[in-house]
Amino acid sequence: MLEVRDITCVFGGLVALDRVSFTAQRGEITGVIGPNGAGKTTLFNIVSGIYQRTAGSIVFGDLDVSGLPPERLARHGLVRTFQNIELFGQMTVLENVMVGLHTKSTSGLLACALRLPWQRREEKKIRSRARELLDYVGIPDLADQSAASLPFGQGRLLEIARALALEPQLLSMDEPAAGLNSRETWQLGELIRRIRQDGVTVLLVEHDMELVMDVCDRIIVLNLGQKLAEGTPRQIQENRAVIAAYLGEG
Amino acid sequence: MRREWFKFALYALIVLLAPLCVNGGYLLNVLVFVGINTLLAVGLNLLLGFAGQISLGQAAFYGLGAYGSGVLTASYGWNPWLALVAAALTVGVLAFAIGFPILKLKGHYLAMATLGFGIIVFIVFNEYVDITGGPSGLPGIPNLTAAGMTFDSDLKNFYLIWAVVLTVVLLAINLVHSRIGRALRAIHDSEVAARVLGVNARLLKVQIFTCSAVISCIAGSLYAHTVTFISPASFGFHFSIELLTMVIIGGLGSIYGSCLGAALLTLLPEMLRTFQDYDIVVYGFLLVAMTMFLPGGLVQGGGLLLSQLKRLWPGRGGNNA
Ligand SMILES: Nc1ncnc2c1ncn2[C@@H]1O[C@H](COP(=O)(O)OP(=O)(O)OP(=O)(O)O)[C@@H](O)[C@H]1O
Ligand SMILES: [Mg+2]
Repeated sequence: MLEVRDITCVFGGLVALDRVSFTAQRGEITGVIGPNGAGKTTLFNIVSGIYQRTAGSIVFGDLDVSGLPPERLARHGLVRTFQNIELFGQMTVLENVMVGLHTKSTSGLLACALRLPWQRREEKKIRSRARELLDYVGIPDLADQSAASLPFGQGRLLEIARALALEPQLLSMDEPAAGLNSRETWQLGELIRRIRQDGVTVLLVEHDMELVMDVCDRIIVLNLGQKLAEGTPRQIQENRAVIAAYLGEG
Repeated sequence: MRREWFKFALYALIVLLAPLCVNGGYLLNVLVFVGINTLLAVGLNLLLGFAGQISLGQAAFYGLGAYGSGVLTASYGWNPWLALVAAALTVGVLAFAIGFPILKLKGHYLAMATLGFGIIVFIVFNEYVDITGGPSGLPGIPNLTAAGMTFDSDLKNFYLIWAVVLTVVLLAINLVHSRIGRALRAIHDSEVAARVLGVNARLLKVQIFTCSAVISCIAGSLYAHTVTFISPASFGFHFSIELLTMVIIGGLGSIYGSCLGAALLTLLPEMLRTFQDYDIVVYGFLLVAMTMFLPGGLVQGGGLLLSQLKRLWPGRGGNNA
């Protein structure tokens, strides 16, 4: 599904990623773990087109998507969420999800300004679909609240709903459990499984080991920009190099 | 949307009744300029308040409209409506073309680039004396005509210009409540997040920049045919700043805020005439007070005031015990 080949990313003198390769299989949940500064977010930024890679390539399905800008990748079905939630704070919760439906609608600037009949029909559809998505992630009552006023946990759910609006083939989530309490984390785990069941391939960066070991099919371990290990949760738990990296011996 | 219709109807009513309140004369003339400035402020707000992109060159597009119409009609004898459309199309193409490189810039750099554009256009108005008449201006621009009627009085111009204003306000309201409006606000809040959701931020910014340029250009054409004489002084840097002030005072991201801001800043100097030489002091004081105490603009401030009043009102607004 997603094949990352020898991705290298250099910031000035700092090698944030050093020839990292892995494959995320269709229909699986692939975890990416590693200590702080390992390069996980950088990897996501490259996969989602926000940063440019220094070398390497990314193949999605049978399409070479290396170097495409984020809006193109989104239309190919590659969508992500952010480590520091990036909600549209001036908008309501519902409107945030409606922005996620942007690519699912086509009315141009003129049609919108003139409120042409098909634009109004489309708008209605967008609105009802957005409500369905809020329902799906479990926050239907918050539709009319300001997105800026949401507590952290619900903000995360909103971000996921907004990303799902694009009907992605691959959803990348950067530390979705950060800042959640244990009940919220458990609910998040259930949601991630449900998303996978609905046919979405998931790439998950997460520090919460319980969650990662619980939901992931395969795990990639990064350390200091290099791939340290790869395997099933079981294999990773028993891997000495990984344990050493986490204990800080490198 | 019902509420939007109500607001629009109220605004249209106020506009239509305004000429009756001023019973002709000088103030009616001022109301015509309120209309032109409203067009300009709404156009700028689409760009600044919704997409979050600054432009300090709006006066240039305004001037291009005025000079486009002025030169084509006064010097070449074109039909004024044809000249208006030709100017709007040309400015649209120009804005679209310069929009791509310019809107790659952000923040201060964008401000500087649009400022530079404004200054260049201003210099052109001044220096191409053969075409524009230079600093001494371009006289002899005909009034607009339609169905055998010439728009040669303040009252006629009032209705003509405000018909355009109400149309543009309605279109703008529709736009900001659509998928395009949401995408613009999304770009404003977090461009990266908007792009990751598939919003083509670059194209959309250029499109809205073009819209706002074309609206300014049309305002310029209407201005030229109303006053029949134009000179570069009306299209300088200070006027871009004045427009910016209107939009900010009214409230960024509020269409009616821009209407209010334009009305206030056009009427205020007239009202302040009683202060004679001190009017500029009072004007400056009001500006500073506004930005200090109502940074969200008048419309938001008014909304806050209303919600406070509702709270104080006994037996209403139930959720506050
Ligand atoms: N835009 C940038 N410019 C320069 N250096 C960067 C940039 N982004 C990331 N880095 C550096 O790259 C390295 C990897 O950072 P990254 O954010 O990818 O880590 P991470 O694995 O996501 O860490 P965390 O678990 O704390 O989120 C860090 O040393 C970081 O300082
Ligand atoms: Mg990170």
